[in-house]
Amino acid sequence: VLRADARQLGLRRAGRRAGRAFGRVFADHETVVSPSASCVAYLREHGAERVFELTEFLVDELGVEDVGASFPHRVAYHPTCHSLRLLKLGDRPLRLLRAVQGIDLVEIDEARECCGFGGTFAVKNADTSMAMLSDKLRHVLDTRAEVCTAADNSCLMHIGGALRRQRAGVRAVHLAEILAARE
Amino acid sequence: MSFPAAARRSLADSQLRRNVGKATSTIRAKRAAVVAEVDDWEALRDAGAAIKARAMATLPEQLERLEASVTRAGGVVHWARDGAEANRIVAGIARAHGAREVIKVKSIATDEIGLNDALAEQGIEAIETDLAELIIQLAHESSSHILVPAIHKNRAEIRALFERTIAQGQHLGWEASAIAEAARRHLREKFLTVGVAISGANFGIAETGTVCVVESEGNGRMCTTLPDVLVTVMGIEKILPEWRDLEVFLQLLPRSSTGERMNPYTSLWTGVREGDGPREFHLILLDNGRTDVLADEVGRQALHCIRCSACLNVCPVYSRTGGHAYESVYPGPIGAILTPQLRGLDQAPTLPWASSLCGACYEVCPVKIDIPSVLVHLRGRVVREQKKRSDPEALAMAAVGKVFSSRRRYEAAQRLVKLGRGPLGHLGGPLSGWTAMRELPDVPDQTFREWWRERRA
Repeated sequence: VLRADARQLGLRRAGRRAGRAFGRVFADHETVVSPSASCVAYLREHGAERVFELTEFLVDELGVEDVGASFPHRVAYHPTCHSLRLLKLGDRPLRLLRAVQGIDLVEIDEARECCGFGGTFAVKNADTSMAMLSDKLRHVLDTRAEVCTAADNSCLMHIGGALRRQRAGVRAVHLAEILAARE
Repeated sequence: MSFPAAARRSLADSQLRRNVGKATSTIRAKRAAVVAEVDDWEALRDAGAAIKARAMATLPEQLERLEASVTRAGGVVHWARDGAEANRIVAGIARAHGAREVIKVKSIATDEIGLNDALAEQGIEAIETDLAELIIQLAHESSSHILVPAIHKNRAEIRALFERTIAQGQHLGWEASAIAEAARRHLREKFLTVGVAISGANFGIAETGTVCVVESEGNGRMCTTLPDVLVTVMGIEKILPEWRDLEVFLQLLPRSSTGERMNPYTSLWTGVREGDGPREFHLILLDNGRTDVLADEVGRQALHCIRCSACLNVCPVYSRTGGHAYESVYPGPIGAILTPQLRGLDQAPTLPWASSLCGACYEVCPVKIDIPSVLVHLRGRVVREQKKRSDPEALAMAAVGKVFSSRRRYEAAQRLVKLGRGPLGHLGGPLSGWTAMRELPDVPDQTFREWWRERRA
């Protein structure tokens, strides 16, 4: 996360330092799986191999769609920009979600539009970010879902933080948590 | 003004939000529908990008070819290093013909160099003939969209403006056609009486010396055919090497810009011809910072832009702030990479950050300009060329970098956060923008690392 944020701030040195640390930590591991599309896209863009986003790993590498989860809730899926346009996850997350028992999966209007997070964009251009977030929240609330999910924790922190501030009665839950649920 | 400050002002205007949001979503849907009809759209985009790359890689040669072919066809070619030089040339031509008024077909390049003001200083009035350009000229405003300059105004606002200016004392009613009719009556008289016209160029063909203007209203066609003298101001990046290259761009442009299969008016002219059209044709080749852009290996792809504005219409930032927040004749994602490069990074240092890097612009660009990558590249340049190392942002990131690059420091930081957790409702300083609308995430009882170790034990 830091590496991408430092780079999008234009700070290459801080980004390189975090990159070296990543290499050290994961040097002995054959495969790295991350529950963050944005981080994986960044690493892959910079040449990292055998790094997978969670849904890619499950669907493509393990060939699994039904992970045996059950989650009896109404869920709205937000396809984040980097999962959609950089990693091109396509319907992998949806295939995994559809196989979850009891789930009531609903679509968000204008789903492909950015939620307004954008890393440091959310604080550097706070007003514009909030305008984008307001529209995203409206579309999420329109679905009457109980849960909003995505493959990126960062966007969820942004959407979920606003849902909580509004006491909207909708919680933001990472896709991995739904796949791990046995309710 | 910085982009965040200008955006804040625009975002507070709820009528503007409604007007721009409605218009962009309409064009967005139209574009998506007509692009989906074309089976080889991706191949067309590749061809467009390749032609532009070739044109830019051989620019000096192509420009000399263009000069030779325009001259051969009876036109006069002028070279302008910057806006001031181009304005002087245009004013000189107008004065030589004793013109007090000139008519203009919509041209962003002439807006870029402030031609109208420069002519006014010489006592020459420039009259915009594109309907939207006329609207903003009458309102003393600036363009807020590349293709639809008055996109920020709705029908009621335009009617009121006309009733105050060109249709004084009249009641135009609510019909769009009646409101447009007032502009038509005003402009027709100008087309028939003014002797000098000024145009921009969508494309200039080096091979044949042909200039191409693409438009919807036909007012541009009036400008390029009725007056005796035609002056075209063309940015040097608008050059296409060969006539056949037009085939690609005349497919890409209308579908990307107005969401039409074909645009209503495509005007092409090559020099002058006895008894047909203008008797005198001048082509001004404008640099105004473009060769500097060409020197930046990553940033130069911004010069491939064909001004379709598809990136504006899909941009989640533009569609909320509108164009004025970018404080440039080039707004939206393309403006965020073009303006700082043309004017110099120090003149627009916040524009490369006017994006969440969502990538929607790159997805629709008909010539595949990788706008997000150029934005990130320009951010790096702003930091290296404009900011000091002691900049608070750089210091903060360097500190976080230290924490993230060592396991010991990272885990210590996690413990610290856990100790400090509590009802941190509102942050101060630069982070106050976060808590203005959002809660901070809860710090969990157990970190992932702790859970992982426990699970393996």
